[in-house]
Amino acid sequence: MKRKHQRALFVGAGLAVLALATTLVLNSLGQSLNYFLMPTEVLAGEDVPQGTFQLGGLVSDGSFEADDEMGVSFQVEDGSSSLSVVYDQVAHGLLPDLFREGQGVIVEGQWDGSQFVASRVLAKHDENYMPPEVAEGLKEMGEWRGEETP
Amino acid sequence: MKAMSRLHQFANPMRFARLSQAILPWAIGLTVVLMAVGLYWGLVVSPVDYQQGDTVRIMYVHVPAAWMAMFTYVFMAAASAAGLIWRHPLADIAAKSAAPIGAGFTFLALVTGALWGQPMWGTWWVWDGRLTSVLILFFLYLGYMALWQAYDEPAKASRAAAILALVGVVNVPIIHYSVEWWNTLHQPASVLKIGGPSIDPSMLWPLLIMALAFNAYFVVVLLWRMRSEILARRIHIVLMQRAAS
Repeated sequence: MKRKHQRALFVGAGLAVLALATTLVLNSLGQSLNYFLMPTEVLAGEDVPQGTFQLGGLVSDGSFEADDEMGVSFQVEDGSSSLSVVYDQVAHGLLPDLFREGQGVIVEGQWDGSQFVASRVLAKHDENYMPPEVAEGLKEMGEWRGEETP
Repeated sequence: MKAMSRLHQFANPMRFARLSQAILPWAIGLTVVLMAVGLYWGLVVSPVDYQQGDTVRIMYVHVPAAWMAMFTYVFMAAASAAGLIWRHPLADIAAKSAAPIGAGFTFLALVTGALWGQPMWGTWWVWDGRLTSVLILFFLYLGYMALWQAYDEPAKASRAAAILALVGVVNVPIIHYSVEWWNTLHQPASVLKIGGPSIDPSMLWPLLIMALAFNAYFVVVLLWRMRSEILARRIHIVLMQRAAS
């Protein structure tokens, strides 16, 4: 075998071992690399951190309520279950522009067993990009599969 | 064997000098035209997004920069592998020359992403799977460049740096699939996805033009950097000979 064939074999074998090692590491880390938990996971009580963590899902339609002191509450759902979230805009800042009912959201805070007390609200954007006219057209044709917009 | 020797002819530095000299004016012209058309189309002509409004225009720089950040890394790793196996200096020079360009693309993707994230998500940065793996890509580029600086002899430096580049290549599929494997704040892919792009043609076209513009820019800067690296090495050899005599 020539030297360069040996080296090619060495590089190839090295990359194969590296790929295998990475796959095993990522597999064993598994879902701990998730940025947020879903309501179902929180209610199931498995792996729910004691302190601050992130909860993600859709803001349920018709669930948004605001009080006189700029406190807000809404439900976050994932299709099978939902949690109620409270957030104080005076203490922690205004809601992001993309926050609306039916839209994805990630809230950071603590779960007290009955409600999620958020200290930060992030709006999640989906992968759909289109001009307003196209969005209107899709809704009129009944082809709208995305989230509700105001 | 015959094909191999033909490939080696292209790898000849003198031939490379002539070839790159011929390609450069065309590549520069293409970059200028594509960049002008893409920027005008994306920043002025293309429509606003139904949710993001004008902020969507950041995408026309952010997405091509992020694609090129990954493409440049794969190019660098492939050149590194070629340099390791065939011990050809031109492959090492190609890998070395690509690194700062890739680092620049990665930096641009990170900065434009943060500028988009602040108004849209409500935060500049989160430690989710996508953002973190792209930051690691940036550090891989910096580490690769630092490793070249750490050795005096190019032959030794290229070998150490090539191994780092090859080890880091596992990060590229992780970046791409991070949004599918894990829950992330970053949205999933809109263009390179099963079932076709979920982006309106009026926005997809300027995005693709910008992607081509970034590609042409990469070719221009890569050829410039490779040419100057070859010249620098020649100057170094001449100076060494002069000092010896």
